[in-house]
Amino acid sequence: MAIIERPSAPATVPAVPSASLGALKRPVSTQHGWRSWLFTVDHKKLGIMYGATALFFFVVGGLEAVLIRLQLALPDGRVLNADLYNQMFTMHATTMVFLFVMPMVSAFANYFVPLQIGARDVAFPRINAFGFWAFLFGGIFLNLAWFLGGAADGGWFMYAPNSGPVFSPSHGVDFWALGLQITGIASLTGAVNLIVTVLNMRAPGMSLMRMPIFTWMTTVVQFLLLFAMPVITVALFLLMFQRNFGATFFDVAAGADPLLWQHLFWIFGHPEVYILILPSFGIISEVLPVFSRKPLFGYPFVVFSGAAIGFVGWGVWAHHMFASGLGPVSVAVFSVATMAIAVPTGVKVVNWTMTLWGGKLQFTVAMKFAIALIVLFTVGGLSGVTHAVAPSDTQQTDTYYIVAHFHYVLFGGAIFGIFSGMYYWWPKTFGKLLSERLGNWNFWLMAIGMNLTFGPMHILGLQGQPRRMYIWTDARAGEGFFNLAFWNLMASIGSIILSVGVLFFFINVLVTARRGTQAPLDPWDARSLEWMTSNPPKEHNFDSIPTVGHLDEFFHRKYAEDHQTGEIRKVKEAEEILAEMERNKDAHIHMPSPSYWPIVLALGLPVIAFGLIYSIPVAVAGGLIVVLGCFGWAIEPSTARDEDVDPPAAASTEVVRHG
Amino acid sequence: MAELVQEHGAQHGSTGISNAKLGMWLFLGSECLLFGGLISTYMLYRGRVGDGPTPMQIFDIPFTSVSSFVLLMSSLTMVLAVSAATKADDRSTELWLTVTALLGATFVGGQVYEFTAFYNEGLGFSTSLFASSFYVLTGFHGVHVTVGIIMLFALVAMIKRNRIPGSKSETVEMIGLYWHFVDIVWIVIFTLIYLIPV
Repeated sequence: MAIIERPSAPATVPAVPSASLGALKRPVSTQHGWRSWLFTVDHKKLGIMYGATALFFFVVGGLEAVLIRLQLALPDGRVLNADLYNQMFTMHATTMVFLFVMPMVSAFANYFVPLQIGARDVAFPRINAFGFWAFLFGGIFLNLAWFLGGAADGGWFMYAPNSGPVFSPSHGVDFWALGLQITGIASLTGAVNLIVTVLNMRAPGMSLMRMPIFTWMTTVVQFLLLFAMPVITVALFLLMFQRNFGATFFDVAAGADPLLWQHLFWIFGHPEVYILILPSFGIISEVLPVFSRKPLFGYPFVVFSGAAIGFVGWGVWAHHMFASGLGPVSVAVFSVATMAIAVPTGVKVVNWTMTLWGGKLQFTVAMKFAIALIVLFTVGGLSGVTHAVAPSDTQQTDTYYIVAHFHYVLFGGAIFGIFSGMYYWWPKTFGKLLSERLGNWNFWLMAIGMNLTFGPMHILGLQGQPRRMYIWTDARAGEGFFNLAFWNLMASIGSIILSVGVLFFFINVLVTARRGTQAPLDPWDARSLEWMTSNPPKEHNFDSIPTVGHLDEFFHRKYAEDHQTGEIRKVKEAEEILAEMERNKDAHIHMPSPSYWPIVLALGLPVIAFGLIYSIPVAVAGGLIVVLGCFGWAIEPSTARDEDVDPPAAASTEVVRHG
Repeated sequence: MAELVQEHGAQHGSTGISNAKLGMWLFLGSECLLFGGLISTYMLYRGRVGDGPTPMQIFDIPFTSVSSFVLLMSSLTMVLAVSAATKADDRSTELWLTVTALLGATFVGGQVYEFTAFYNEGLGFSTSLFASSFYVLTGFHGVHVTVGIIMLFALVAMIKRNRIPGSKSETVEMIGLYWHFVDIVWIVIFTLIYLIPV
């Protein structure tokens, strides 16, 4: 599975790929057509597929949000009934967390981590492909519940007894539990893959402290995933056994402890918060220096504060449970830990601000999103500190104040970071620059819409409007500045503006795809390795693997200090550096070849899940698909034999995909 | 020469551990949390027997001690298999892998017998919180052993037919890591469930 250099194949290789399994021929290396996507193991193609799928779910989750806001815009809303409203907010959160932000992060990580560390692919390309398909099938499976009796309706943290058959009689929660199980497998395999890639496959000379900051933050996130996913796996298994096999793990009437679910969920759930936000921190830590024309201020501090967040993030989960009667000692401990985690986060904010300080700022759309992240995340962080204070939190629990807080950190933080990354890396991925003009519409509408939607929720929440209530009446809306009717309407109008802002992004993508012009090789005068290749990168990423001597290697190759004047000036153009790499091209680059097995294996998972809900024989059939997939996978040579090679490809490009 | 260095770099990267083995270590780290969650659930609920039998009424400690011993011995044979694989001695490797798998199968057989006996004594899956959490924890462990056995037999067949992609000893060692992990988890489970009185 590793990417290796091998001596050239003998001249007598057969003209067709051999059947490496007897029954099925190995898919031939193709650059085009649907097969090249379905069976690909290329980290860049998988990254694009992750991104496209995640954006689709972003639209789904966004429409769900708009429906929620329409229902709450006016008193006695009639858009949704109570039951549908419950499904809507549950699936909105589930979709945004598990099917948009997490896979979007996977998209960036898949595409850019190998490029940023100077590798040709990830450590386990087939496992990478499997991860994508498992995520896609899990996401579809989760949403199928809408058409099969109703989606999950217990809230995204699915507390007992809401998750039980009395309050959730439909199969929605079953689809939810099993669907998340499948996407969880995807996250786990992705985590193993990326950690190994980062630890083992960095270009020569790239020590850990020369790694680009996005790669660093992604690595921290993968460790969080590695240890957080199994905990939610246990919780979801227990829930499944309770709902489908008669166990009573969360049934208080049968003597169970209702806090068990809460602990298991939040031991996963709080690291999950950092899983969502840290990659965006990484993205803007790339964007800010580039558009400030300065190196990142205090790179080691940003790295270590990210790692510190990763560690302390494990010790704060019970702050989600202050209102559940944990006892004063636990509450005090978790309260202090929660305040402590604000410190490394604050360190980052200071570092970003100092990066901007005195820089030659270029206000591109990517830069605007990045700066907006600093501001909005700080607002969300400050409201977060107010509920680290347990007595204050008791007042705020389950009100719109909490909703305001986490949308400021997740929308203003995670999603703004993702958009910043899209504008920054779009030319790298697709070779065309997104329009700055449409991008400005995109940014300003999103920024205004976001503040108009979630800002008023602070007021609504402190006035006591509970989250998750599906209706409100004018009679109890209050007077004057605190009139709930006014602020609810404002929030709903904000959500429409926000949606129009997001629409501008998609318009921008379409217009760019149709009319956009080819981006220059190094459009932003960037600093890190992923820009030291063509736009979009070649299949094998780099013609020759660079030897790294610095943090911000690409910058150091372009610029040098004038010894007499002490000025930093450009000594080389990106084109020259690339031409040089092409001249020193590695003689034989063998890439992993496509495979059927990842998609076959992943296809077995939703079949098993269907079977567990409806009929056990179907689950057994799904299990057989999985076993078949595993065996096909294991027997398939990781280093294809010479007769597995497709000679035309070898002759024309000298790049061969090996498995 | 440069190519050789490259090849070395890709297979055994900066950590000096191969990709596959490092991946297995990370996966096992993740598994610790899986069993951690299940063990916590069991420890929380082991006293909640409802109207059903209590742990001390149904556990047959001598029987389970013997099957635990069998499982621990399989770790020894696994070590012998890894040792034979490093010496490229295919015949001994196959032999010890088979013995390991058979010892594992004996353990799983014992678990099936034990589950049947408990069920007949009135401890159904949903009899009590203790019952459910006991079956889920030991069941998950049993499934892990079973997956291990399947991997071992598959490994033997693949060695025989020379179908191992990549390094043989490395593959044996990787599966060995998994096998030892499952054994170690059993030591923890056995101690917590059977040896420490409720």
